[in-house]
Amino acid sequence: MQESIVKFEHVSMQFPGVLANDDVSFDIKKGEVFALVGENGAGKSTLMNILYGINKPTGGNVYIKGKKVEKYSPSDAISQGVGMVHQHFMLVPSFTVAQNIVMSKEPKKMGIFYDLKAADKITENLVKEYGLEVDGKATVAEISVGLQQRVEILKTLYRGADVLILDEPTAVLTPQETEELFQVIRRIVKEKEMTVIIITHKLYEVMAISDRVGVMRQGRLIGVEETKNVNERILASMMVGREVLFDNIEKTGTPGDVQIKADNLYVADNRGLMAVNGVSLEVRAGEVLGIAAIEGNGQSELLEALTGMRPVARGEFFIQGEKSNGKTPGQIRELGLAHIPEDRMSTGVSLQSTITENLIIGKQKESAFSKYKTHLKQSSIARYAEELFEKFDMRGSGVETRVGDLSGGNMQKVVVAREFSFDTPTLIIAQPTRGVDIGAMEFIHKQIIAKRNEGCAILLASADLDEVFRLSDRIITLYEGKITGEFKAGEIDKMGISYYMTGDRSGGNGGQEGGAENE
Amino acid sequence: MEQLAQVFNIGLLQNTLRTATPVILAAMGGLLTEQAGIMNIGMDGMILMGAFVAVAFSYACASASMGVLMAVLIGILVGIFFAIFVVKLKSDEFIIGMALNTFAGGLTVYLLRSIFGVKGTFSDAGIVSLPTVHLDFLDGIPVLGPLLNDNSIFVYITWVLVFLTWLFLYRTPYGFWLRAAGEHPESLETAGISAQKMKLIASIMCGVFCGFAGAHLSLGYLTMFSEGMSNSRGFIAFACVIFGMANPPKVFLAALLFGFLQALGLRLQNVGVPADITSIIPYLATILMLVYVVVAGDRKKKNKAKKELKNIN
Repeated sequence: MQESIVKFEHVSMQFPGVLANDDVSFDIKKGEVFALVGENGAGKSTLMNILYGINKPTGGNVYIKGKKVEKYSPSDAISQGVGMVHQHFMLVPSFTVAQNIVMSKEPKKMGIFYDLKAADKITENLVKEYGLEVDGKATVAEISVGLQQRVEILKTLYRGADVLILDEPTAVLTPQETEELFQVIRRIVKEKEMTVIIITHKLYEVMAISDRVGVMRQGRLIGVEETKNVNERILASMMVGREVLFDNIEKTGTPGDVQIKADNLYVADNRGLMAVNGVSLEVRAGEVLGIAAIEGNGQSELLEALTGMRPVARGEFFIQGEKSNGKTPGQIRELGLAHIPEDRMSTGVSLQSTITENLIIGKQKESAFSKYKTHLKQSSIARYAEELFEKFDMRGSGVETRVGDLSGGNMQKVVVAREFSFDTPTLIIAQPTRGVDIGAMEFIHKQIIAKRNEGCAILLASADLDEVFRLSDRIITLYEGKITGEFKAGEIDKMGISYYMTGDRSGGNGGQEGGAENE
Repeated sequence: MEQLAQVFNIGLLQNTLRTATPVILAAMGGLLTEQAGIMNIGMDGMILMGAFVAVAFSYACASASMGVLMAVLIGILVGIFFAIFVVKLKSDEFIIGMALNTFAGGLTVYLLRSIFGVKGTFSDAGIVSLPTVHLDFLDGIPVLGPLLNDNSIFVYITWVLVFLTWLFLYRTPYGFWLRAAGEHPESLETAGISAQKMKLIASIMCGVFCGFAGAHLSLGYLTMFSEGMSNSRGFIAFACVIFGMANPPKVFLAALLFGFLQALGLRLQNVGVPADITSIIPYLATILMLVYVVVAGDRKKKNKAKKELKNIN
């Protein structure tokens, strides 16, 4: 247990303009679960990419099993027994599970031919040995995210990894799938004497799974602690550098009239498959309706339909009491809707434009900002932008910064600032804090609740269950495009709701074997 | 009736094989780059250079195999050249492809004049053409005999290459890596294999195939070189790649269909249909093919959605 398997010695990583790792030194011991925590941009992933050989450090050394790393490349790391499961899965969607597992070390026959049967057999044996149930012959594109993650883990095990790096492994999982993953981690550490490094920013997971925890902030290692000696509050303040208060934000007022209404809505996805299957919902003024669903269960398509970005196959929906089927996004916005889209990079902002330009999008013809709707009033636009920059606490070198150069958190603040300042009676919000650090998250949550308290009707979808629980007055669960449950805030807990998110309406009587396992 | 018989006879099928062969060859190269995630519209230029080099060395060395060998060599060089810009320096594939076509057109015209001192076409008894193959046992068989006999050797080699391409892509690890490089390069990189290297290999193999196509065009199909003789076959091959979804057997069939239409056009000329109209046929077909791919894809999606709605009721 005490033997050091990985050792970082004064490791620094200088990217152009950013010092991503600053003189980091610590050991990881054989057979432990080590959690590496920190806000976005703290340098966790960079450090692990160095260990996995993707980046070569600009200073310092890394030792694996007592041997100094001379050549930084994934294939050298793999041969040293280091395996990594990336946040975005590194799987080829059209290949089978088995073909993905053996990729780069394929079994061969007659010297050059791919022995496809042997690949299936290898997968079967791995599945048996480690108890990670998955069908080797299934195509990766067809299986659930939870299973894809297993494929990633099996892939590293096939390559003989005994040090496993998991980068934000639970970001895409339900609480139930997370629990299953933790069981797998515990088993491989105990039975196969593996070492697991888990990168995360969910502190309760650190407490649940790790033996030791290292905290990073702005590229530096703040400290390494035995998990049993710390708690979530201590870790949070180490991460952020100040006391973080996860207080409940005060909600006031009572719900008013129905502002957003969907009636038996069907919406197809990009492949023409029905992604939303007969959803009916109502959102009233002064309430937040949260959608809890695992990614890919129709929430994206539902919100895109309601904002006019995707055609409706059947059913009707109403914004502000007006039937809005077939209306363009612009027409729907005119009815009184603002929208924070799920993917800020592609639909939320113009990356090439400045903060000012992004803040004015959609308002450029308002009389406050333009003369005769053709000439922009540059000085009042600049004043307005400065004002929002201040009010929404954006950091960076001023309103003329190109939005593409901003961090995720600041970029999201630009979107939030623009959409919230339309002062519309209805809001549709998707993934408001994805990839945003704790400080910015706190700020955005407060803004959302302030809108709610002003009497705004808000429909919210988020992959972060904590967020849904924190902000919503009512929560609906979606599974395969159908509503599987509806709850008032406080009626249900995260574990309980996960059964509804996986289509099991029994409320958990099926125990651990439910839903996700059978995908 | 007599005219119909003049068009639709065994000669039509023979012509189909002959005209389809260069397109099949280029399309096999094109599907490799396509599978590796490179949009390659430079095949036409690659064919043209292959055709020129084949004629030049066949004439200079008095050897058809020397011509083919050098056409392949130039294909490899052009493939590397293409990959340096597109894969290594990450330039725009479209621009580089177009540049390659224009460059090949200009270079061959220049060399034609400076080396052989001719304009337009170089045709000489000294150019050794590729041999044809005659198998005696086929003589007795009707239809198949005349169809399969006495073709240029490349017609047969092409069929083998189509099979080998399929074998490579779907039955060797390297084919899987090549496809992974196109579909999800990061997954290949993290498995420790360079996606760039696979793209380079695809690009070189495409050059080789286009070299073959060019050599066949100038030493098998005809025995001469003329300016712009690739005649947009590279683009038609590209259309076949898209139409056949980059799958070797399907692309092969698409190219055969093209060959058939071109042969049909030639035949129709014999019965008095103006050449201006008949020569449109293959290009019109190419456009229709591509429109079909888009429309069919769209309809499939819509039908799926409709069917799903029906199931719900």
